[in-house]
Amino acid sequence: MQERNISAKNFEQCQKCSVCETVCPVMANNPDYPGPKRSGPDGERYRLKNGIFFEDSLKYCLNCKRCEVACPSGVRIADLIQQARIDYGRHTPKLRDTMLASTDQMGPLASTFAPVVNLALGLGPVKGLLDATIGLDHRRTMPKYASKTFVNWFRKHAADKQDAFQRHITYFHGCYANYNYPQLGKDFVTVMNAFGYGVHIMHGERCCGVAKIANGLIPAATRDAAVNMKLFRKSVEEGREIVTVSTTCTLTLLEEYPELLQVDNSDVKSHISLAEQFLYKALESGEIKAVWKEGYKAKAAYHCPCHQKRLGLGILTTELLGMIPGLELTELADSCCGIAGTYGFKKENYKVSQLIGRPLFDSIAAAAPEFVACECETCKWQIEMSTGVPVKNPISILAEALDLEKTAEANRQ
Amino acid sequence: MPANNEFDVIIIGGGITGAGTARDCSMRGLRVLLIERHDIATGATGRNHGLLHSGARYAVKDSESAEECIRENKILRSIAANCVEDTGGLFITLPEDEEAGFGLDYQKVFIEACIKAGIEAKAISPEEAKIMEPSVNPSLIGAVVVPDGSVDPFRLCSANVTDAVMHGAKVLTYTEFTDFIKEGDAIVGVKVTDTRSGEAAEYRAPVTVNAAGIWGHAVAEKAGVRISMYPAKGALLVFGHRVNNVVINRCRKSADGDILVPGDTVTVIGTTSTKIPFEECDNMEVTPDEVNLLLREGCALCPSLADTRILRAYAGVRPLVADDSDPSGRSISRGIVCLDHESRDGVKGFVSITGGKLMTYRLMAELATDAVCRKLGVRQACATATTPLPGSADGRIEAVSKRFPGKPSAGQKGAAGRQGDLVGKIRFDTEADKRLVCECENVTLAEIKYAVKELGVKNLEDLRRRTRVGMGTCQGTLCIRKAAKALAEALGDPSLAEKLAADYLDERWKGMRAVGWGDTLREMEFMQRVYKFEKPYSYDEV
Repeated sequence: MQERNISAKNFEQCQKCSVCETVCPVMANNPDYPGPKRSGPDGERYRLKNGIFFEDSLKYCLNCKRCEVACPSGVRIADLIQQARIDYGRHTPKLRDTMLASTDQMGPLASTFAPVVNLALGLGPVKGLLDATIGLDHRRTMPKYASKTFVNWFRKHAADKQDAFQRHITYFHGCYANYNYPQLGKDFVTVMNAFGYGVHIMHGERCCGVAKIANGLIPAATRDAAVNMKLFRKSVEEGREIVTVSTTCTLTLLEEYPELLQVDNSDVKSHISLAEQFLYKALESGEIKAVWKEGYKAKAAYHCPCHQKRLGLGILTTELLGMIPGLELTELADSCCGIAGTYGFKKENYKVSQLIGRPLFDSIAAAAPEFVACECETCKWQIEMSTGVPVKNPISILAEALDLEKTAEANRQ
Repeated sequence: MPANNEFDVIIIGGGITGAGTARDCSMRGLRVLLIERHDIATGATGRNHGLLHSGARYAVKDSESAEECIRENKILRSIAANCVEDTGGLFITLPEDEEAGFGLDYQKVFIEACIKAGIEAKAISPEEAKIMEPSVNPSLIGAVVVPDGSVDPFRLCSANVTDAVMHGAKVLTYTEFTDFIKEGDAIVGVKVTDTRSGEAAEYRAPVTVNAAGIWGHAVAEKAGVRISMYPAKGALLVFGHRVNNVVINRCRKSADGDILVPGDTVTVIGTTSTKIPFEECDNMEVTPDEVNLLLREGCALCPSLADTRILRAYAGVRPLVADDSDPSGRSISRGIVCLDHESRDGVKGFVSITGGKLMTYRLMAELATDAVCRKLGVRQACATATTPLPGSADGRIEAVSKRFPGKPSAGQKGAAGRQGDLVGKIRFDTEADKRLVCECENVTLAEIKYAVKELGVKNLEDLRRRTRVGMGTCQGTLCIRKAAKALAEALGDPSLAEKLAADYLDERWKGMRAVGWGDTLREMEFMQRVYKFEKPYSYDEV
């Protein structure tokens, strides 16, 4: 008589098996966090009875979604927790949270004054002041801002050349590649061009919204999502797939838009893919060809970001990198790095953040790679700060390992 | 000095009627003994919707019951604040009701009858109804708002017992009535057996009150009087979470499965009505036909029930009483039946209180106590309508939670909701005490210790009725061993734990079996994996 379960986020399918608790990185390191089962499906039954049962401790969830990957019943545990924070959280976001969340507003500002901002954010007294006044942990290395954004570079040096290609894609660059690390965007354009794709950016692209969702700025995130959806639809109408380079942006566009912002993306969902996924599929099907640099040699270790796991895409990255003949690749311990976007920047989370990352840091030390391969920018900050080992995005690795001219040649035929 | 087995009044039956009568009698200064063969609230009291009737359901057909209901509804809101929840109620009209002759014309009749009975009833538009209760069937064509609510019958019964004890009453659970002690044409006491130890005992009192619900039929026979009763089974289903926050009823002639009540963390649909033989009263199983009927009718009220997990099914027995005015015994009395067997049957010192409903238990207790007082020559007015029950002085959970220093934990808030202001008696001294035993229902070790010490808990079922331990999604799978250990230790015999847990799970299993499909079946499978100990295969055998 009954076939489906339609309770929100499937929470009623929870069997209370508690497997989620065994994989929660926060529960293992923060005794104040009651864990995913209690914060998610257990808590939801009580919140439905009376909002008084909303617990402040839900803020300790770093939204890594490892619980959702582990759940044998398909319960969207982390979404339940984020949704409860949205529905019941009574605190207005602090100045710090608003600053951390507004990556697309802080970005242009910081980029304009990049040399000063970078210098200042590196100074002990400034960090001490930020720690004391707004609660940004002083031990944290702040991300650097680029003085020239990716979009500026693209318009000046790349945009004109893109129409000459036969195939075309839309690049969702995100805030990180634009404001912090334009080299990633440049590498992406280089690689895609080599494979014969013209790269186009969307004028007026907004932040995916992940940091705003995490910090409770829901109306702003929803507005941004609506703008992005309009741009995605236009791109799909023009026959251009949308390709991203950030794991978490991708997860947000695909999963959080409908689940947490109630923004319907069902018409464009199948047209959005992560660069590694896009390229692996194209290479695997023979649609494009790669010619690797002779004599390329590197020893790398792969860290699969939690959200990559949630998307089920980690395997495609290792398969893609596995195609590079000279790359020796080891897989690191299955562990969260602890930073979780803006989470680890907050003073109250610093210690837990570093404790969570420890198994990963130990695993990196044991593997002793030249660099770590990882798709996520915030994992990169955390790993570089905590281990001193450089982290490269797989797209940047491709840019180094491909014989660009021969690849371009091979894909022209 | 009276001997310690002598009382002014003995009450047979620890359901809500007996508990209410014990409270009223003890508040009027009588020395009270309450005997119950199982635990409190194990019969019909603990096996119903938990609906705080506004009386609207009876307004058209039975204005007397409707008036009683709304009066008691208002009283319970003020004396039992932590047992009731002001959810409000809707009586909805569906297109098929129109076809069956219960359309919007009937709605007008209904509202008029409600208002005449003193029940605030107001028609609202279907759109307003959907805003008030988003889960309501969207095809509704009309809705009436009434002051329905939900009431936790376990908590209400326990609060009455607690208050009786605070007023000096003696309460013996697991004590079965076996016979009366008679002197001439007078009942002067009862013979009982302790159902756990098997020991027999006798207690004496000039008046005995039969408040044994459907089992009162047999009790009366022992006194040599006949009350014509008919057991009517009512089956109900418990859904896994609160689907609705407002009680939903059908605005038509009362029928099966037409009330959906949100209670605590769940939603309950009911009920059916089937006459059953007396032999079946002690062992009822919900049949597949009943489950199907309840689901079908439930979906008409709230379509999402079709896809909502059902935790379990259970059934209770209504004690229907034949009207004394009808010698054929065919016509059923709907109201409260209070019988003084001296004037009715010539048996002195014996009163039966039956019929009625959970909603009117206090009034029933008042009538019974008045009868007892008349017999004893006691002139003392009833004060139960104006004196708050223990736990209710602070009001609702929001107020009670403020009793904790700092931010209350989930377990403390859970306890505040259940125990009301008596939560102050719970000692959250150690870290272990603060820890949750039952995570589905937010029950801490501290609350379990309190219930065992103060609320007369003998086994895990008793503990469940007082704390909701094991009543949640996993039906005890994850918590019951922890609870069993805590209870066994508190009872002074740790070796009892295994048996306590096994008995509890057997009972849960019974309720889950009737709805054993989908997620509930998975849960049953999980429960079995965790608890069913079979010899594992060795490699040699495979």
